[in-house]
Amino acid sequence: MSSPDTVARAADTPDQPQPFAELGLTEAEYATITRTLGRRPTAAELALYSVMWSEHCSYKSSKVYLKQFADKAPPSSALLAGIGHNAGVVDVGQGYAVTFKIESHNHPSYVEPHQGAATGVGGIVRDILAMGARPVAVMDALRFGSAAASDTARVLPGVVSGISFYGNCLGLPNIGGECDFDPCYAGNPLVNALCVGVMRHDELQVAEGRGPGNQVILFGSTTGPDGVGGASVLASAAFGAVDGESAKRPSVQVGDPFTEKLLVECCLELYAAGLVVGIQDLGAAGVACATTELAAAGTGGMRVRLDAVPLRDASLGPPEILMSESQERMMAVVEPDRVAEFLGVCAKWDVRAAVIGEVTDTGRLVMTWHGETVVDIPPSSAAEGPVYRRPAERGADQDALAADDPAALPRPADGAGLRADLLALIGSPGLADKSWVTDQYDRYVRGDTVLAMPEDGGLVRLDEATGLGIALATDGNGRYCRLDPYLGTQLALSEAYRNVAVTGARPLAVTNCLNFGSPEDPAVMWQFAEAVRGLADGCAALGVPVTGGNVSFYNQTGTTPIHPTPVIGVLGVHDDVRQRLGIGFGREPGPGAARAPGSTAAAGIVLLGRTRAEFGGSAWAHVRHGHLGGRPPEPDLDAERRLAGLLAAAAEAGVLSAAHDLSDGGLAVALAESCLRGQTGCVVTVPGDPFTSLFSESAGRAIVAVRPGAEAAFDRLRAAHDVPGVRLGTVGGDSLVFAGLFTIGLDELAAVHTRTLPALFG
Amino acid sequence: MRLAGAEPVSLWHGDRDLSGVDAAILPGGFSYGDYLRCGAIARFSPVMSELVPAARAGLPVLGICNGFQILCEAHLLPGALTRNAGLRFVTRDVRLRVENAQTAWTRAYRAGQQIVVPLKSGEGAYAAAPDTLADLEASGQVVIRYASGNPNGSAASIAGVCNAEGNVVGLMPHPEHAVDGLTGPSADGLGFFASVLAGVLA
Repeated sequence: MSSPDTVARAADTPDQPQPFAELGLTEAEYATITRTLGRRPTAAELALYSVMWSEHCSYKSSKVYLKQFADKAPPSSALLAGIGHNAGVVDVGQGYAVTFKIESHNHPSYVEPHQGAATGVGGIVRDILAMGARPVAVMDALRFGSAAASDTARVLPGVVSGISFYGNCLGLPNIGGECDFDPCYAGNPLVNALCVGVMRHDELQVAEGRGPGNQVILFGSTTGPDGVGGASVLASAAFGAVDGESAKRPSVQVGDPFTEKLLVECCLELYAAGLVVGIQDLGAAGVACATTELAAAGTGGMRVRLDAVPLRDASLGPPEILMSESQERMMAVVEPDRVAEFLGVCAKWDVRAAVIGEVTDTGRLVMTWHGETVVDIPPSSAAEGPVYRRPAERGADQDALAADDPAALPRPADGAGLRADLLALIGSPGLADKSWVTDQYDRYVRGDTVLAMPEDGGLVRLDEATGLGIALATDGNGRYCRLDPYLGTQLALSEAYRNVAVTGARPLAVTNCLNFGSPEDPAVMWQFAEAVRGLADGCAALGVPVTGGNVSFYNQTGTTPIHPTPVIGVLGVHDDVRQRLGIGFGREPGPGAARAPGSTAAAGIVLLGRTRAEFGGSAWAHVRHGHLGGRPPEPDLDAERRLAGLLAAAAEAGVLSAAHDLSDGGLAVALAESCLRGQTGCVVTVPGDPFTSLFSESAGRAIVAVRPGAEAAFDRLRAAHDVPGVRLGTVGGDSLVFAGLFTIGLDELAAVHTRTLPALFG
Repeated sequence: MRLAGAEPVSLWHGDRDLSGVDAAILPGGFSYGDYLRCGAIARFSPVMSELVPAARAGLPVLGICNGFQILCEAHLLPGALTRNAGLRFVTRDVRLRVENAQTAWTRAYRAGQQIVVPLKSGEGAYAAAPDTLADLEASGQVVIRYASGNPNGSAASIAGVCNAEGNVVGLMPHPEHAVDGLTGPSADGLGFFASVLAGVLA
């Protein structure tokens, strides 16, 4: 290897051209770096700034909007750590704290679906681990192109097998998520992975490099060229690497879940022994990001010997080491006299560890390569990054979209037509049974899963003695957001909030993964601004703070962006998971398909909330007419809050045997799902216009099955929480019966519901 | 084991020490990531050098999922586990029939009893040579069979087998996930743990 581009050489060759544009930096950004340093950056510094100032790491286009989450945050006594940390931390009582976060791995999952999705799981698990928590469950929100498209047959099975491969091996139950389809995601699948972890309050760890003289330890996998997209640019430019030596490497990260499993157990033992001053996971931008952020958040300086980084490819030079996205790595700050003990724990778990530097009070991040200085920067300059307020303008087509009212669409004229529409909906790929996907995930491991898909929310027990547990749900609706990103985002928030509430849990906190097109398109930037404003306002109204999140821009093919798709995750606390509610009629709730039959007495079915004729962006308009237009349903956050209060009180009182949220496909689809989940039919009479009753997607609604004899108690609770309700009928039989309209036998319903995905994917 | 009334003790793979336990369970998981043939590396763990002779001397040993694979690799049990028919990981609540209720781990059941227990594996298709299969059937070493459909292409729908003495049992489904109706499909799996405890206390 030829000599590296040192700081001394950079000072001597101020005019040497730099490939900043190829690394994604603008001329203005490059000028800022040069001004900050008082000279041109070295190749390693350029690599570091380019990844730290990438949209992915710096949030440079989104920051000005995201601050609303803090500014508008409702007062919450539950928040122990908020935005800015690796993940937010929430107090769930009894001394337990929970941390959760959702993150995108969209682009890698299109290039290489299996490894892209697998490493998405690995990355979010390390985020949770870095907070001091034991990861206890994962979820995945997935969106693909048209189900019938040939590329979906490549992407979907790969993504699912990648999540299965990584999460199952890691020993984390997959308790829920979403799987939806729309042509707008062809070429831009959305793979959003959520992880939740648990700790005691005093186990919270910090990502700070404090205490001059403390040692910096890199541990986990060795560092290779994986994920180094930009470094080949550096290698091919005049920066020392011999022609072809390090270029042309695949840029896909490869996951090693067994090493991650060892890393998890190793970290938890290190925390328990009190050996860690500060810790940071390595994700995007690898060593560059971890060293910069630890230094910037700590005493302020750090010395790093890049030649001490254990490599799996000896030809890597400083820029590539800094940019490498090799998986399963962590960086810890450790007091000098605890280093031997630290390395002993790593050895026990067969985790490779190396001291690569130390904390200083110089205010400079200095990196050497075999004794020569290749990086010398103020770390905050790289960690903070530029801030842009990009042009945002409401898209010219929004008015036409809004004017295209679904009221003009032909509706079914009679019972037979309504029946055909319901079967079409429950057999459509977005609403069909997802067992083909979820059967590939382990929902049972760790032995604490109380509810998992296809329930509305996942529910995990934290304490066997007290029954304390946490519920989680993720939701997003690109169609609603395309029509109105402000309202659509509030609807996604409402649905996730409601999905947590129907398990009987109290919603506590919010995370989000904001999937959008290019921020350089003013119409996309407007969508983003509206979505963030909607979410911040919605969280304020519901009294649940945003604890963290992730932004994924550039989800577009050519000039066509995806539908704006914020995916919202809501976390709730369940005081006693034995009082959980499931969606199935006639059976006890549980994590699997086989569950005990419930009481034989017929439970009464009550529809909660108000139904209006709201079909803009609805599943019915989409499936039956391929139509997207009009206004999305009107969110009613106050009603959501009252509904959630009622459901929590009713679960605690034990007066319900089932509860199911109403969303895509409205009441008809919800009743069908509850019948299928419980393998028990029902007989209902719908009020008012049958079509509106069956398929409207008005927000703030749920169906509940009231235990026989508990009707009066439930009515009193309903009145106390001011939630309107109408009795529809009773649970029982082996058919879904809409009195006076139509009947569908459960066998036919199940056949239509379950055959779609196997027919598409084998 | 705790729910069945016994005291669980963790054994470390790197120790040549069984800590004086009365019975051993090799749980499920992904030893060494299952990057090679499942269980092929774990069978060489130092603790196995103690476990194998103890099992041959009569120590009750249960292998669940990856533990079953390790017991097969260690030749404590006949046969092997191969990729599922369909080549995908399968999580499913399966109905099982207890074929042999006289082993150390199935005494609490009745022969022919049906139980519901989760299965969750990618390499769970039991395979053995035809004469081995015939021997297993003849000697009653088929302990557990899939009773409603064959979820992974196992030979003769075999879900679990035992050694000739009946003290070593391996099965692919996870009885530890069927210990109550809150976190599993049933409490049917408790019988495995109750069986061995009764035997140890007798």
